[in-house]
Amino acid sequence: MKTEEEMNVSENATVEEQETVTLDRRRDVSNNPLCLSGRAVTKIFGSGKKETVAVNRVNFDFHEGELVSIVGESGSGKTTLSKMILGLLPMTDGEILFRGQPRDISTNRKKREYWKNIQAIFQDPFSSFNVFNKIDTVLLDCINMNGGKDLPKEKKIEMMTEACSFVNLKFAELTNKYPFELSGGQMQRLMIARVFLLKPKILLADEPTSMIDACSRATILDMLLNLRDEIGMTVIFITHDIGLAYYISDNVYIMEHGFFVEHGSADDVILTPKADYTKRLISDVPKIHEAWDLSTVE
Amino acid sequence: MAKNMLEVKGLTTKYVTRFHEDVYAVDHVSLTIEEGKSLGIAGESGCGKSTLALSLMGYYFAPLHYMSGDIIVDGKNISGLDPDTVRKTVLGSDVAYIPQAAMNALNPTRKISDFIVDVIRAHDPKSNKNDIRDMARKRFEELHLPDEALDKYAVELSGGMKQRVVIAISTILSPKVLIADEPSSALDVTSQKVVIKMLREMMEKGFIKSMIFITHELPLLYNVTDDIMVMYAGQIVEKGTAKEMVFDPVHPYSRGLMHSILVPEDGTRDNKLIAIPGTPPNLKNPPQGCRFAERCKYAQPSCKFSAPPLIEFGEGRSYRCAYSVEHLKEVYASED
Repeated sequence: MKTEEEMNVSENATVEEQETVTLDRRRDVSNNPLCLSGRAVTKIFGSGKKETVAVNRVNFDFHEGELVSIVGESGSGKTTLSKMILGLLPMTDGEILFRGQPRDISTNRKKREYWKNIQAIFQDPFSSFNVFNKIDTVLLDCINMNGGKDLPKEKKIEMMTEACSFVNLKFAELTNKYPFELSGGQMQRLMIARVFLLKPKILLADEPTSMIDACSRATILDMLLNLRDEIGMTVIFITHDIGLAYYISDNVYIMEHGFFVEHGSADDVILTPKADYTKRLISDVPKIHEAWDLSTVE
Repeated sequence: MAKNMLEVKGLTTKYVTRFHEDVYAVDHVSLTIEEGKSLGIAGESGCGKSTLALSLMGYYFAPLHYMSGDIIVDGKNISGLDPDTVRKTVLGSDVAYIPQAAMNALNPTRKISDFIVDVIRAHDPKSNKNDIRDMARKRFEELHLPDEALDKYAVELSGGMKQRVVIAISTILSPKVLIADEPSSALDVTSQKVVIKMLREMMEKGFIKSMIFITHELPLLYNVTDDIMVMYAGQIVEKGTAKEMVFDPVHPYSRGLMHSILVPEDGTRDNKLIAIPGTPPNLKNPPQGCRFAERCKYAQPSCKFSAPPLIEFGEGRSYRCAYSVEHLKEVYASED
């Protein structure tokens, strides 16, 4: 939990000051109500000899207001799982529960209803936007979709300005621009501004920082933390970088070949790993204070 | 004192865009690397890291143009040579290069041994194919690579193996300088470790005499190289040993960069990440003063008008800022 002093800091911080505000990230969310759960979620691609089990009977429980990371190497099934969570890919078997109830996305209308509760940020910001829409349109669409269609124009502008300042962008400088005129980091922040306007219950961020620079990465991570703390959003952060996962998560799930090999609080999993795979993953990452042992590989 | 393997003095290269605008992506860069040493180059995308790597080969083709400066490899000046001479006499033997997309660098219709034959015959057209195969087999053995790989096509190898094979091919002539541009960014952590181990072994065995390693992953750079150089908008902003640069950076930009390091170690969660707002300047029209001034929270009005030179301090360290080292350290101490 944030201390009272930190709360004051984050509320009164100006745009520049927000850049360095740190938040206490050690929180216990196990008493929060369940937001999204998976039971024996499975995805099999192909059949017969070419059968590949991408996600193998995984179970998970994500609580409200939790920042949870799913960590694994390429090919471990992270992205397949995230597509199933988003309802973009049908499951072969298993069940996903949203707020304790089985998720129903059998019709397009029900899918759209579900997507009001879950939004995503993808790896490549350059292909996340419709190139024909200006930034104002992108943001305006979010307000309209979220039931703000009949609001007066001034109110809409105020909301868009607020969303932009949440991600340290200036709305006045963005009007009449197209998303591709922005840098990768700015585009990813614009994606977060969209999420801020839509206020879904869950945000799924699939490698949101892998294509942007280290300096902009810090800003994006802090913004994800702000979404969790200020709006109480559940953030599912998918990454291959165990250092990033450790920095921002409450809880971590480690994925190997379609299975969750270990899960628990970030401190437990990263500092005292139990599964061999987690141990190997951590030992293979170059570190700063500990020596990097190259003798563990052939 | 160890002899200098690579000495670069005031190297400037530019890109010419289709609208005939000049973009100085490498601006008066000077550096030296001694025998057996490695230098890491860090910086955000578009700061000129990869252009510097290309420029150091002395192999220029449009839109990249050589402007001025000297590149001296083991006493031999390779700057300003025509591309054909560079290809036949410099590449592979003096300077070798591993590009960013090394995994896609291999022609899928040819066997690995054919590439090695190509590299050696570019320098010595009369060399015997069997001798080359023996030499390749010996080198693969020394690098713990399976010699069956020589008779395979690129598609038959895994990503990590392809990368190691590309490194073995480009260093078959034991180059004096190896330029590795993000050689491991497309690999998993374990394959990355294997590649790094191989590069280190090659340095120890003398297959490469010195190395320039480019990556945006700072923990990796810290573990691989002896020295680190930070680039910003085509210029060097700070240089020092890896340890000094990571734990005691002086320039405000390097400090921001080093504070964005996230590793799975106890204490990482208490780190204060420093985000640097804004974006780098457009090099078509670089600012008149300090190039970082727009984004620097310590900048004074004068910083926007006078460009600071690269100032040397301590042993082999240099930085580019109008403030003194003492002043910057005092400011940082008051913030921590």
